[in-house]
Amino acid sequence: MPDPSYTIAAVLVAAAVTWALRALPFAALTPLRASRTVQYLSTRMPAGVMVILLAYCLRNLPLTHPHALAPLTALAVTIGLHLWRRNALLSILGGTTVHVTLVSTVMAS
Amino acid sequence: MRTSPAAVGNRPRSAPVPLPPGRSEARAAFKDSAGAILGFVPLGLAFGALAAQSGLEWWWAGLSAALAFGGSFEFLLIGLVTAAVPLAAIALSTFMVNVRHVFYALSFPLQRITGRLGKTYAAFALCDEAYALATANQARSWTSRRILWLQLYLHLCWTTSAITGALLGSLIPNGVTGLDFALTAMFTVLALDAIRDMRGDLPSPALALISAAAARLLFPAQMLPAAFALFTATLLARHYFTTRKPSHA
Repeated sequence: MPDPSYTIAAVLVAAAVTWALRALPFAALTPLRASRTVQYLSTRMPAGVMVILLAYCLRNLPLTHPHALAPLTALAVTIGLHLWRRNALLSILGGTTVHVTLVSTVMAS
Repeated sequence: MRTSPAAVGNRPRSAPVPLPPGRSEARAAFKDSAGAILGFVPLGLAFGALAAQSGLEWWWAGLSAALAFGGSFEFLLIGLVTAAVPLAAIALSTFMVNVRHVFYALSFPLQRITGRLGKTYAAFALCDEAYALATANQARSWTSRRILWLQLYLHLCWTTSAITGALLGSLIPNGVTGLDFALTAMFTVLALDAIRDMRGDLPSPALALISAAAARLLFPAQMLPAAFALFTATLLARHYFTTRKPSHA
């Protein structure tokens, strides 16, 4: 178990950076609202950031190993459910349930 | 347009009738936030349970949920903290994952929030869902109080779910694993929705995917910051070259 003073400091650091990122731009970016480059980035970044975060979650996936089957199946279920029903909650719950079930039962090593 | 407040046996329709200030705004905000809350509860429970399974105390999940209120990032924070990563690396990762919030300042209606304290809290609790709700078309008439109530509900809901998940997490049998997929599933859903909102601009997500793959291969230990840096650089390059073609600079 990590030292509590370290885990608390970690939260405080994360909180300070997050808050600064949320609050400072209101002052700094207001003059930039008209900037074409900032507007270009603001419309194109969100989707890309999500794709990168998704890739990061899957970074250690052993593609040639049978262990990859559970996350890949769960991923397919999540995507399928979401394209079908467009219900975020359903897609997340469905995908996670499939993953937990597969990893805890069929594929438990 | 007038509806009697004492309409008996006749459910008030959710027509855009301006609500009197005070309690009814709190109630309206609760309705506005219901969809997001429905998503927050299972994710918050999963976050708390994962923290507990990773060996962190229940109060840590509560502290993180209340102070670092960042949803997706907090899942990553569990991994960073249990790996005892240096604080500077935590600051850098926080910056890279949450830097998207910088762009929220471009359109979040902070100018409508009254009071210094209100503005400070609105900026502090500006999570993805609050941003999405407060910038939607239907939110144009929302008052300062209504937006603040909405943010407070989301914040409280996230924190209580995280603590509950952490307390219940120790009850989850050791053989049950794989809850961490909730994070992957959430990013999948957010990515699909964001791509759909872009209406066919597929090069941007493709550039992101290439950046992520390149970062994974070239800088496996610093994949996240490297991927974000590459993606931003390629987007800027694309913007530069696409706006240079037409004659105006």
